[in-house]
Amino acid sequence: MTAFRSLSAAMVKGFLRDKMTLFFVFLFPLMFLVVFGLLLGDSGSDKTKIAAVGEGPVLSTLEQTGAIELEKHPDVASARQKVDDGDLPAAVVVSGDRVELIYAASDQVAAGTVTGIVSGVVDKINLGAADVTPRFTLETKSVEDASLKPIQYLTPGILSWAISISGVFGSALTMVSWRKKQVLRRIRLAPVSTTTVLTSRVLVSIGTAVAQGVVFVAVALLPLFGLRLTGQWYLALPLLVLGTTAFFAIGMLVGAFCKTEEAASGAANIVIMPMAFLSGTFFPVENAPGWLQTVSYIFPLRHMNDGMLDVLVRGKGVEALLLPSAVLIAFTLVVGFIAARIFRWED
Amino acid sequence: MTGARIPAVVVADIRKSYGELKAVDGVSFTVAEGEFFGILGPNGAGKTTTLEIVEGLRKPDGGQVTLLGEQPWPRNPKLLPRIGVQLQASSFFEKLTAREQLQTFGSLYGVSRRTADEMLELVGLTDKADVQENKLSGGQRQRLSIACALVHDPDLVFLDEPTAALDPQARRNLWDVLRAIQARGKTIVYTTHYLDEAEILCDRVAIMDRGRILAMDAPATLVRGLDAPTHVVLQKGLLTREAARGITGVEDAHEDEVSLTISTRKPAPVLSALAERGTLDGLQVRTATLEDVFLDLTGREYRA
Ligand SMILES: Nc1ncnc2c1ncn2[C@@H]1O[C@H](COP(=O)(O)OP(=O)(O)OP(=O)(O)O)[C@@H](O)[C@H]1O
Ligand SMILES: [Mg+2]
Repeated sequence: MTAFRSLSAAMVKGFLRDKMTLFFVFLFPLMFLVVFGLLLGDSGSDKTKIAAVGEGPVLSTLEQTGAIELEKHPDVASARQKVDDGDLPAAVVVSGDRVELIYAASDQVAAGTVTGIVSGVVDKINLGAADVTPRFTLETKSVEDASLKPIQYLTPGILSWAISISGVFGSALTMVSWRKKQVLRRIRLAPVSTTTVLTSRVLVSIGTAVAQGVVFVAVALLPLFGLRLTGQWYLALPLLVLGTTAFFAIGMLVGAFCKTEEAASGAANIVIMPMAFLSGTFFPVENAPGWLQTVSYIFPLRHMNDGMLDVLVRGKGVEALLLPSAVLIAFTLVVGFIAARIFRWED
Repeated sequence: MTGARIPAVVVADIRKSYGELKAVDGVSFTVAEGEFFGILGPNGAGKTTTLEIVEGLRKPDGGQVTLLGEQPWPRNPKLLPRIGVQLQASSFFEKLTAREQLQTFGSLYGVSRRTADEMLELVGLTDKADVQENKLSGGQRQRLSIACALVHDPDLVFLDEPTAALDPQARRNLWDVLRAIQARGKTIVYTTHYLDEAEILCDRVAIMDRGRILAMDAPATLVRGLDAPTHVVLQKGLLTREAARGITGVEDAHEDEVSLTISTRKPAPVLSALAERGTLDGLQVRTATLEDVFLDLTGREYRA
């Protein structure tokens, strides 16, 4: 067995036999995914419900828009009552060719939406009835915008966060414990190159990241959570790898500074927690104030998040990888270089 | 190797200071190939620092080290497969079993995985093969650590206090292991606190204190050179102090609560004189040891 393979095997075994690490790498982020996924699960259904009286093509077309949900009422009075009580934002009453829309003045936004949709539908049916070829054609295409269903942004966000945990903790703790337990000195006395040791450790981290990706996406895909991946989800793989190397480098830096495992975990947490919050792990950064969004761009996690969102759920292609990849590579090189400069074999 | 045999280890005037403290203060020695060389001394004498400089783990402030004709510092990959090192504090991979530790260390040297079991056998840990390192006893861990140093069959072995923490049986077993290694032509440099052990094992010893080598030679030569008296210890009451002093060859006699101790440089006539008087019951003879050498060199009692 080559040194590379057996070192990797030794690290994988050490990892799998450490319940605490397994917990923090898999279960802990998964708990966040499950809890947030379930808590926020419903807020994504944003059909507007209105009262409806009568029948005809207008009502059936309204239902087909997908934006309006109709609550049937036998008569105008009971429909009107719902609007008066503030239970529903509007009521549409169809009697013959007459379409009447009643809306509550209190909710201007809902009123605007409903008015727009209903008048659009009425116009379209008018056009059809008049048998005129429309001069302007409107083509619509649905894209996933910033206001995704929670599970759609939670999965890439929490996955990236989990990878930052395994990357930073993995390298920092291995380095500190190997230095403390003199394994580093012992390895230094063996005819094996530093590159071999380092690359085998990075490879184990990448393997861990891929395992995390599989587990998290599999859970989010369960009907209970209802994640929907877009076409080129496999483009997440390069991000997974580059994100891991960037966080690995940060871990090396932490490990170079800290003498004990406790100090290293503390320092790693101080790095990860603010980064996770500001990078859109638990909520979309777009909702944060502008200056905070600017600040968030200094974190590699922010870029990894953006890239993951783009390729996993926004249906973007390779071009969406360019910026995040460039930033992550630059991060790896710069931080890795600094870490290598202050690296110590022993205390 | 053809031609003149080069010494396995040549150390010339190495020095290392930590701030004001001169941990190693001008140490020189040479170890021939196939020799068993011991470095002795109390805590803080500078044994580990010396050994680590020789192994190439530390850079000396001054001086030269040559191992098997090569410089160990800076890290010399050509030399590394030929030397085996056991560090004073044991160094293991986390959560791996005894066998896995040996396999992993072995693989760093390109050694086959089967060797691990042979090494476990060698240090008597076969029944602990599947036990994780942190669940081994101190002595077992020590033996595993030695096995890890030997796994790639090095020509030159450095062991830092290999027999510390071992029970008497394990110590003796390890002596056998070390003797067997030496019998195969390997060179061993080791440190110990046990002067008696060094007398038994080593071809030559260096006695170190406060960063310096105070004496260096074969143990027997050091003891002989000391010209220290032999002590004959009798049960108290068999002979009076005055009577003891009257025997020819006796230099001195002391008495304490339980025994009478006679010092002499001519033990043979004294013993026969004692035999004539019928006082041999429970008699003990204690010749000078390295401890006496240490006492003589430093003026201090040796505390292991
Ligand atoms: N890294 C270090 N920094 C500062 N002082 C050190 C360092 N390493 C060793 N020393 C000091 O150097 C001296 C020699 O230490 P060394 O470990 O060589 O002793 P030793 O003979 O191996 O002792 P022991 O029998 O206890 O193992 C000690 O006084 C120790 O405190
Ligand atoms: Mg020591």
